[in-house]
Amino acid sequence: MKNLTSNFIFTTGLLMGFFCLHFLLDSNSIKGKRGHFIKHDHHHAVKNQAATVKSNGTIRILCWIMTMPKYLETRTQHVRATWAKHCDRVLYMSSKSTDFPTVGLNVSEGRENLYWKTIRAFQFLHQHHMHDMDWFLKADDDTFVVMENLRHTLSRFDTEKPWYLGRRFAPFIKKGYMSGGAGYVLSKEALRRFTTGFQTGKCTHFSAIEDMALGKCMETMEVELGDTRDEKGRQTFHPFPLDHYVIRTPPRRRPWFMIYDFYTPIEGPGCCSDFAVSFHYIRPPQMYVLEYLTHHLRAYGYRYRYHPDDKTKSNTTEHVEVQSPT
Amino acid sequence: MLSEGGSFMKGMAMGAIFCLGLSLFGTFSPATEHGPGEHHHHHVKAPSKDELTRLSDSHVLELVNQVRVSCIIMVQPKILVYWATALDTWSKHCDKAVFYTSESSKALEAVDLNEEDDWARLRKALKHAYENAGDLRWFFVAKATTFAIIENLKHLVLTKDPEEPFYLGNAMKSGELEYVAYESGIVLSYEALKRLVNVLEDEEKCPERGHALWTMSEDKQLAVCLKYTGVFAENGEDSHGKGLFNSKSVDSLITDSMRDNPTNVVEGCCSDLAVTFNGMSPNQMQVMMFGVYRLRPYGHDFHDLLVFQPPEGSDND
Repeated sequence: MKNLTSNFIFTTGLLMGFFCLHFLLDSNSIKGKRGHFIKHDHHHAVKNQAATVKSNGTIRILCWIMTMPKYLETRTQHVRATWAKHCDRVLYMSSKSTDFPTVGLNVSEGRENLYWKTIRAFQFLHQHHMHDMDWFLKADDDTFVVMENLRHTLSRFDTEKPWYLGRRFAPFIKKGYMSGGAGYVLSKEALRRFTTGFQTGKCTHFSAIEDMALGKCMETMEVELGDTRDEKGRQTFHPFPLDHYVIRTPPRRRPWFMIYDFYTPIEGPGCCSDFAVSFHYIRPPQMYVLEYLTHHLRAYGYRYRYHPDDKTKSNTTEHVEVQSPT
Repeated sequence: MLSEGGSFMKGMAMGAIFCLGLSLFGTFSPATEHGPGEHHHHHVKAPSKDELTRLSDSHVLELVNQVRVSCIIMVQPKILVYWATALDTWSKHCDKAVFYTSESSKALEAVDLNEEDDWARLRKALKHAYENAGDLRWFFVAKATTFAIIENLKHLVLTKDPEEPFYLGNAMKSGELEYVAYESGIVLSYEALKRLVNVLEDEEKCPERGHALWTMSEDKQLAVCLKYTGVFAENGEDSHGKGLFNSKSVDSLITDSMRDNPTNVVEGCCSDLAVTFNGMSPNQMQVMMFGVYRLRPYGHDFHDLLVFQPPEGSDND
């Protein structure tokens, strides 16, 4: 009996000694920072939202996408899933009306009918959306547009004035015309004049090359061509994908795809504005890649080199600065 | 009564000695500064916004000044164009970047390790980096064919202590061995690198030429050696648990996501704060520089709690 109690007390002592020292040693390990800033956060993920500045309520942009029945599944649905969501209003213009939804223009498909589609589309817009929209963007179903940057570019132009904006090309028209693929924008007044031009016969369907032909009508109706380059002279609208412009090349004669440019193009990293507006010949996977690069992927805390005016400056007092890498 | 007290004391003493013995032996956790359950999860998450907000400004500043990364970039003459691209793109964001080559080549400016064997070369490079660490405490090992966003790496390890052993990246499993995949970049804290350099001397545990019958890839060899020193591979993730180290290119990941998450392609793809991508061409890397460091929607402010300055003398970021 005595032995049993003795053993019991011994065991109790054993356990006490063990756990006392365990506790002692463990409390010494708390001085390490490791593990204490990391909370294994199994809460429902908080959406990583950029603090979006509310879009300027006074600039309403209508996007119309030139498309066709055979591309709705393969191309247009990806436009709808990505950048078109940021338009104040988006209309998909096609030869036939569908549940996509598309607006049926009553024009056959085909390269020869491109300008007819454009004319009918703008007439539709003039008839239905002059009252509720300020700017009218035309884009292709393989154009990618950064609507926030379009909004920013348009903010310095008055929509009641006759403005025609985009990637300016030099040939064929005296003052030039805007690339169709890169997307172009008409102000309200420009749209009025376009429609008037066709009503009065001053503008006609003289060619199927829609962007050049539209440029001719703009010239006839005395609509001004705006310069959409940023403060550093870098382009915002691009008729080709990014890799055609931003890759470093040794100085060379203008490549074929820059032959038309009205303003002397810059090749390499200085080509394109941080606030680029559009890229063309963008296939569906690239649409999502651009969406990811523009709106999602970033370098945490990186202080961008280019700060034009800036609402973001007001927050710099909260920031903790660090040396740049040497 | 006294004898009972005596036996109690004997018991206590024995228990204490037993505990001490176990902890010194190293197989028991108390004395080896592990956080509760740290290794069982095998992942390391970037700090959340909440966590950073809770720190004082001066503390954040201190952390930001301390988190400096030494990049160890492995090249070979046959991928000369990747050397040039890494030099011109992401490596500029490292606090120090050193290129290591297998053999010398006229156009290639790198430390010539004169070593054909991949594992032997990696060992030499890591040893060299350790010996020349200076005051840098974080080490990023990558092939020149990987693309990295160093700011996001710094963000991931911002609140971690480099005097603790960290071995991070895209953690994979091969049988029982958990290792960090080479292709998506390997992050080592100073302590991990120090332990590695020490165990490299041990031909038993960490042989240079490996066993004659089979050779493991060098990233697995690295994991084996580190394991002997008590350092284990951990998966680098953002605060939502998404992996930050990618073994594929952006295009490839997006294409996968179009197949797997057709209604939510971008959100279902990759982290906003991804650290690495692999399998991108040199041209794609130049495009990434624009996409990461320049292209953005006007008017967005992320309210990040710290600032990383752009590198000096660079025009593509």
